[in-house]
Amino acid sequence: MTAKALLARAAQWLPALVVAAVVIGLWQGLIVAFHVQQFLLPRPSAIATTFWSDRHELWPAGWYTFKEALGGFAIGSGLGILAATLVGRFKTVGTALMPVFIAANAVPIVAFAPIADAWFNPFSPHSKMAIAAVLCFLPVMVNTLRGLQSSSPRQIELMRSYAASELTIWRRVRVPTALPFVFTALKIASVLAMIGAIVGEYFGGATSALGVLINSDAQIFQFTTAWAGILTASLLGIGLYLAVAVAERGVVRWAPRAQGS
Amino acid sequence: MSAPEQTVVSVEGVTKTFAHGNVTALQGIDLSLAPREFVSLIGPSGCGKSTLLRVIGDLLEPTAGRVTINGKSAREARSDGDYGIVFQDAVLFDWRTVAKNIALPLEMLGWDRQRRKERVAAMLDLVELNGFADHHPWQLSGGMQQRVAIARALAFEPALMLMDEPFGALDEMTRERLNLELLSIWEQTENTVVFVTHSIAEAVFLSTRVVVMSPRPGRIAGAIEIDLPYPRTVETREDARFFELVTRVRELLRLRGEHLLPEEEAALE
Repeated sequence: MTAKALLARAAQWLPALVVAAVVIGLWQGLIVAFHVQQFLLPRPSAIATTFWSDRHELWPAGWYTFKEALGGFAIGSGLGILAATLVGRFKTVGTALMPVFIAANAVPIVAFAPIADAWFNPFSPHSKMAIAAVLCFLPVMVNTLRGLQSSSPRQIELMRSYAASELTIWRRVRVPTALPFVFTALKIASVLAMIGAIVGEYFGGATSALGVLINSDAQIFQFTTAWAGILTASLLGIGLYLAVAVAERGVVRWAPRAQGS
Repeated sequence: MSAPEQTVVSVEGVTKTFAHGNVTALQGIDLSLAPREFVSLIGPSGCGKSTLLRVIGDLLEPTAGRVTINGKSAREARSDGDYGIVFQDAVLFDWRTVAKNIALPLEMLGWDRQRRKERVAAMLDLVELNGFADHHPWQLSGGMQQRVAIARALAFEPALMLMDEPFGALDEMTRERLNLELLSIWEQTENTVVFVTHSIAEAVFLSTRVVVMSPRPGRIAGAIEIDLPYPRTVETREDARFFELVTRVRELLRLRGEHLLPEEEAALE
């Protein structure tokens, strides 16, 4: 990449960085100016200090929860892609399953968190993985299916003119067409997985888990520590999202890059 | 390619119905193409010309009748890669570069990398797109995309080309230029072509024979031999004989299409 291109890329990020700096600056300034109580909203500088001073507790806790989220993300997304493949390939499977999936989507899945704790050992990471997986499943499944079904009929006809088998058409046309849809879904799921793991931990979990830490800190009025926990969770969530985005760039190389994305 | 058969395409008594026999798209079609013929199918919307093209390509099965290509059944001909097809939109694969799009049928036929590379280079030369090998389809104009589609259809040297309104979505100027290019390619490759179009002028300009179809149900209304000499040039379009033939095709369309809707009439002009 040339220096000019690097500069152009930096310029793209500049507005977002300025907005973030202004928001944090205002947050800090207003709290100091109006003497806002620490338990209502701590200063960003205090959160950052705690994030660093409590790093021996926060970071391993974050890593523990991140692993749960990652496991749930992998299981939920994997099953979502598998289900979409089956539904896309066999019409009868689709007619049987799709209404059920769509109805299930209307269920507030987070409400299942205490029940998932009953199904699995609440102190094991498996219950949190289950919640994260359930949250990830449907968006991945629906988007993948839409992707698999969005090949143009002409492309299929062209492949048939080459006497291509269904499997070849699948591999060379349907899957590549679906990939951008799959990655959009994975980006949504990456964020949902972290939410699922943390919310699951609010209902109990290993003491070394981030959600448990945030919850117990808030109960004993350690709001700055709770906020530092939220910061840790956010950073890990953003990290997973970016990892998916980088993977997308590596796999979906053909797509025209939209300006500023 | 020289086939011993005197007919490349033979369509005998083909009827095609849709919607459980309620819609008759084609009725009793007989058509045969000799090697090196360039035959245009023309007619109003709903006359079944695209359906006929798909039946010839074994992309649709006829309800009755028989299609043979180079003496084989349409099914066998399709598995043997006897024809190349071009649609109205280029139908390129976004995830493949121009070179890889052209190479797709060659990959399907199991050609090795080196042979593919050589042929793709020759094809890019033929459609004058050297230097665009590594571009992606979305970086090309509509006319260039359609040239890639033509290169892809010709890449494995099929004896037969099926073209379904390949220039229908292009502007008039690009269309006329690509008509000339297509003729020059046709003269170089010695193909037999079935060409579906809405444009009378295009049909007359390109073809050795224009087959006029009438709608509901789709039938062949008549055929007109186009005796304009090849190579045809820009001047051909200004030739008195060209206008005469255009008028004859138009009259045949009028005669057989008395029940045309006004917008269909307009589409024929």
